[in-house]
Amino acid sequence: MSSIEVKHLNVWFDDKQALRDVNMTIPNKGITAIIGPSGCGKSTFIRSINRMNDIIPSCRVEGQILVEGKDLYGPDVDVTEVRKRIGMVFQRPNPFPKSIYENIAYAPRIHGTKDKRKLSAIVEHSLRRAALWDEVKDRLDKSAYDLSGGQQQRLCIARALAIDPEIILFDEPCSALDPIATAKIEDLLSDLKDEYTVVIVTHNMQQAARVADQTAYFYLGELIEFGDTTQLFERPENELTERYITGRMG
Amino acid sequence: MRVMSRNAREKLYFNLFRACGGLVVLTLIVIIAYMVIGSLPVLSLDFLTEPPRRANTAGGVLTPLVGTIYLMAIVSVFAIPIGVLSAVYLSEYQGKGWASHFWRIVVSNLAGVPSIVYGLLGLALFVTFAGLGRSLIASGLTLGVLALPIVISASREAIKAIPPSVREASIALGATKWQTIQHHVLPYAMPGILTGVILALSRAAGETAPILLTGAAFYMSSMPDSIFSQFMALPYHVYAVATQTMAGMNGSPVVYGAAIVLLILVIGMNLIAIVVRKKYREKYRW
Amino acid sequence: MKYINRTGALSRVAGRTGLKGFDGAPHLILFIITLISATVLVTVAAFLILGSLQAFRVIGIVEMLGGTVWNPTSFNNPAFGMLPLMAGTFLVSFLAAVIAIPIGLGCTIYLAEIAHPKVRAVLKPAIELLAGIPSVVYGLFALLILQGWVAQVFGLQTGYVALNGGIILAVMMIPIMVSLAEDAIAAVPRELREASYALGATRWETMRSVILPASMSGIVAAIILSIMRAVGETMAVLMAFNQTPLLTLDPFSGVQTMTATIAIEMGEAAVGGLHYSSLFAVGVVLFIITLVMNTVANRIMLRYSEAYR
Repeated sequence: MSSIEVKHLNVWFDDKQALRDVNMTIPNKGITAIIGPSGCGKSTFIRSINRMNDIIPSCRVEGQILVEGKDLYGPDVDVTEVRKRIGMVFQRPNPFPKSIYENIAYAPRIHGTKDKRKLSAIVEHSLRRAALWDEVKDRLDKSAYDLSGGQQQRLCIARALAIDPEIILFDEPCSALDPIATAKIEDLLSDLKDEYTVVIVTHNMQQAARVADQTAYFYLGELIEFGDTTQLFERPENELTERYITGRMG
Repeated sequence: MRVMSRNAREKLYFNLFRACGGLVVLTLIVIIAYMVIGSLPVLSLDFLTEPPRRANTAGGVLTPLVGTIYLMAIVSVFAIPIGVLSAVYLSEYQGKGWASHFWRIVVSNLAGVPSIVYGLLGLALFVTFAGLGRSLIASGLTLGVLALPIVISASREAIKAIPPSVREASIALGATKWQTIQHHVLPYAMPGILTGVILALSRAAGETAPILLTGAAFYMSSMPDSIFSQFMALPYHVYAVATQTMAGMNGSPVVYGAAIVLLILVIGMNLIAIVVRKKYREKYRW
Repeated sequence: MKYINRTGALSRVAGRTGLKGFDGAPHLILFIITLISATVLVTVAAFLILGSLQAFRVIGIVEMLGGTVWNPTSFNNPAFGMLPLMAGTFLVSFLAAVIAIPIGLGCTIYLAEIAHPKVRAVLKPAIELLAGIPSVVYGLFALLILQGWVAQVFGLQTGYVALNGGIILAVMMIPIMVSLAEDAIAAVPRELREASYALGATRWETMRSVILPASMSGIVAAIILSIMRAVGETMAVLMAFNQTPLLTLDPFSGVQTMTATIAIEMGEAAVGGLHYSSLFAVGVVLFIITLVMNTVANRIMLRYSEAYR
């Protein structure tokens, strides 16, 4: 049960508050989209879930995020374990400047898988899962930098899948991609949602409408509305949400 | 008409600038040519494998060459690990506060301090205060202090060039900060660090003034037997032979030969650095 | 509700991340290493000042900086006036700058704006190599070759004069100046250049009225840093002319620079004696001069890097 329970989440960067008292429960499995105008705190929110904000020195977090009832910000939590269980894919493809194989094998290796055959199996499985295997199976030892942008992004997804996370966070994964590459990623997302809890930040409302089961709307650091995607887009309860999705702001 | 004169003036200026460029290249060629021609009579492999003889007026450069290699080894052992790891700390752990600013100022200023001043430091700190005497180790450590700011600033530049997104990718996979540094930051920065290290070493190999004050000897009949003994070194050898022997002052091939060996050593290292840098720019196109 | 501060105290990082993610040890070790190198670097200044204290105390700052005679080994009447040494350093550096600045800037402009990219690809590394040649090699050239040319051209009995040093220092300065100044010109945004061409300006007009003014602070910084190299140079100066501490600005005379003074006199000065200490005092003055020049250059450079960002 990998639902994500967010309770009274507040985030500051120095004195500037980026998130204000966010409360929501992201259900197990399926895709949850986070939308909102730029600067609304949607990236900060998703980066709180795998504690990526920890690496920003000026960042301060209050509140709780519970996964399987356990607070990710609790006192005896191992941050690396959190990030192992909660994968992340970033705005721009950021493969390591290593071979395709090494990109995927890196994370299993640092988490203890040393056996070569096991690693190869993981690499193949992850690449298949990310719909990239057929395109790269003959050149696993080639640099990841030789791949196209869309392929690189799928490689990053495969890389996240390699340590078998329960939750995968996507921070605007298509913003640097062309429409065809975007469509491939969206197909992939729909494939993944039966197995993983997927949270995706997007500035593209059509994308949210196409792929998400639930959608949350953030505005100025606050969660304005959260609900079923169809309901949120067709019958928004909050006036702010309605104004955003009908394009009168943002 | 007006256009014509504008173009003519432009042509004149451009030719002037071309002449300046040509002059600089010509200087390089002239200096190297004189060294090569002057050293032709002695230039052979024997020159490298024979020690100097007859009070430095004949024989080869084995003893000074070995001394210089020892010096570079001492610099490598002390300055490189400390310099590189300090750079890692400063770029990856140190925040952006006053301390970071202070460091930039210290490193940038020390890189510009005249080498003779480092010689003074070596004399006061290593030779006298630490009681090492005029010795290989005192000179090596002095050159190490001189190389330290060069290594630190080159390493910081190389580390800074790695985009933060690569660090994020590693952290997001559950790697610790140290793992991220070990598996990603250091390996990707390594060519850049290497370039800086080679340049720092070649600078240390070519310096005369610091070792003049801290332990280089005019003549030694044997190799240094420990790090606490005096030593001969190539750059000091060139200076000593040229200014303190009649043969040298008259332009004996021995002195040109020593200069050529030093030139090849230093320029060779610089060339390697240029090649490494070029290859690395091709490998990591962030 | 929990309050988590992530500004990074060591113990807290270790405690929070658990054993597997323990990152305290490398952090601590790296911190200690950094502390060591900080200590070493700060020691440079500390030992220099410590060594010079005796001289400044016994002789007095005013006498040292203002005295016109440098004769520390005189038995009856030792004099520790640094003015002749400063004049010597000033004279050779000034001569070097006068020769190097026009040629260096011309070469920079050629390299940055005129040279064919293929020529440039060879020339730029070649000039960097020129900067890497050990100073003792330049010194040797000045001692054995250049000196004769100087004597011949100016009809002197001997070429071991300040001018010989000035010329060889100019040769050493130019590569540094060119490579830094070229970086400054390369940093000028292309849009500025194109705007000027679009207005019908020729290449030279564009250079003179757009590119050079825009990169002026970087060029000035490059000049200062290359002069700094001349001021701090020891070996080439030592080998280029007879070291005689005269208070003169005559380029055809022998002079004695601060760096050369330290190099030649340290061997004969008794450790811990007044002469020894006075040479450290010369070192302190040299250190301060380069510090000031470096700071000025950095200030100027910072301004240009901020202008186009």
